[in-house]
Amino acid sequence: MSNSGEIWVIGEQHQGRLEEVSLELLSKGTALSQRMGVTLSAVLLGDEVEEVARELVFHGAEKIYLLEDARLRYYQSEAYARLLAGVIKEHEPQIVLIGATEIGKELAPRVAAKLRTGLTAHCIDLYVGEVDDAPHLIHVVPGWGGNLVMHIICPQRRPQVVTVKPGVLPKAVRDDTKKGKIIRVKPDVRDEDFRRIETVEVVEEPPKGKSLESADVVVCGGWGMNALSDFSKVQELADILGGAVAGTRPAMDKGWVDEARMIGQSGKTVSPGLFVSLGASGAMHYITGFMGSKVILAVDQNPQAPIFQMADIGVVGDLREVIPCLIEELKKDRMPKKF
Amino acid sequence: MWLEILVCIKQVPHPDHFSEIRLDVGSGHIIREGIPAIINPLDRNALEEGLRVRERFSGRVTVISMGPPQAQKALEEALAMGADRGILLCDMAFAGADTLATANTLFYAIQKLGKFDLIYCGNETVDSGTAQVGPQLAELLDIPQVSGVQEVTFSDEKGLEVRRALEHGYMKVRLKLPALLCVTRDINRPRLPTVQSIMEVVQKKPIIWKAEDIGAPPESIGLKGSPTCAAGVYEHKAGRRREIMQGSTEEKVQRAVARLKELGAI
Repeated sequence: MSNSGEIWVIGEQHQGRLEEVSLELLSKGTALSQRMGVTLSAVLLGDEVEEVARELVFHGAEKIYLLEDARLRYYQSEAYARLLAGVIKEHEPQIVLIGATEIGKELAPRVAAKLRTGLTAHCIDLYVGEVDDAPHLIHVVPGWGGNLVMHIICPQRRPQVVTVKPGVLPKAVRDDTKKGKIIRVKPDVRDEDFRRIETVEVVEEPPKGKSLESADVVVCGGWGMNALSDFSKVQELADILGGAVAGTRPAMDKGWVDEARMIGQSGKTVSPGLFVSLGASGAMHYITGFMGSKVILAVDQNPQAPIFQMADIGVVGDLREVIPCLIEELKKDRMPKKF
Repeated sequence: MWLEILVCIKQVPHPDHFSEIRLDVGSGHIIREGIPAIINPLDRNALEEGLRVRERFSGRVTVISMGPPQAQKALEEALAMGADRGILLCDMAFAGADTLATANTLFYAIQKLGKFDLIYCGNETVDSGTAQVGPQLAELLDIPQVSGVQEVTFSDEKGLEVRRALEHGYMKVRLKLPALLCVTRDINRPRLPTVQSIMEVVQKKPIIWKAEDIGAPPESIGLKGSPTCAAGVYEHKAGRRREIMQGSTEEKVQRAVARLKELGAI
């Protein structure tokens, strides 16, 4: 650990929309920069994204390195990796934080390999701790489907690059009185950046229904919902609780939910105030997707199901009886609504 | 058009048995004895894609893996699925590798094997799931690469258009060969080995290479070549209340709702 070298957050934006994980990185970045006494900066690549850069300032970045060019409108594999590695070499931050998004998971290894430096994947936490009496940045990573937790360090090479799993860390609080310095870096975009590989089209389909990432309640149905032959009960329950619907991998395979709403190691990670698991036995790779939830309610017919080891409140029973009963009970409860 | 195709695979513990993986608290070692090993599921999609491309054009499919001696079984299975040759990179010198050191090891093996037009990897493994080795290898080889590949279209013999996943949508990317693609489960349905192919594989044993066979410098592989290292492994403590509601269905539900209120969850 050193008190020279900034902490960097790589902002991710798509057509001017900032990915939520960037705000999660800024909250962790702020905590680490205060602990270590170094500057927290962010890097942003894109085309006409100064407004997004300002959002990064409002969420805690003290400096923004802004690389704007019409040809950087979309994420471009080689251009982004080369330019990012370039600014890193020039300014020598000691820590680089990247969201483990679909793009981040490609960009981070390209950049880290260019710099021949260390890279840790999908951390769920980061803190300064001691290993063999020396301070290190501890990268906390879930292993083996969430059964074990590993602590990874990068003792020598700098910067240490880390990707962080979206949806786990709290988001930085917005404060539009915050001031930061926007440093314009003229990106040296070259034709050869696009000769071998070029993003030609981006199609974004905003998710239907309430967004999973920002929901305070997530209701997730699994294979056991088969018993009701009706996944709409999951939606009904979610609506009553003002939450978002999700599904397990078997539920996605059944076509009950889109892939964008699949909870688990290879899907989404959520940390809502309340997570309701319906008819899922609790495979490790599923559990890892909601471990960070504040309260977990599980309903399943099998009393031996591992999900009950992972839940705060468990209801064992036939889903065909429990779910309608739960809906009625919550409806009763919600009747005298305060407006 | 003759294509040299390489598929990178990894042998992993079966994910259904992950909950049986335990930590030996004394040594800090992971105990995974008796847990069945399989080819990482997405690596089967990668192999299937390589085989389909060979069948559509012409060429050769080489499968490569780094791992302990028992990983030979994964290569034998890949050969039974139809790969032309299998290489196992197996040496204690490779042990303890992080993703960069793994990518380095594959890089040196590829230098020995020769040029490839297409390299396929599974997008991530079910064990560590970093999704890093593919892009790191592409960077070392200085070739274009795409992660999250859902669909591949050959526009001409040296060009591809791929569809790659985004959180809420997709991206279309054009690239020129040679290239490395990290594929998702959407891309195809992997074939199963046939009885005949299993019989044939008896003649196609995987080749085993050690560090010296591929000329990998000791400082770039294994633990020595790894910028990152594990500082500790811990059992994950769920720390949950584990309260099971009792009574009739109605009582259980009422009690659950009451508890959720007490906890401030609703």
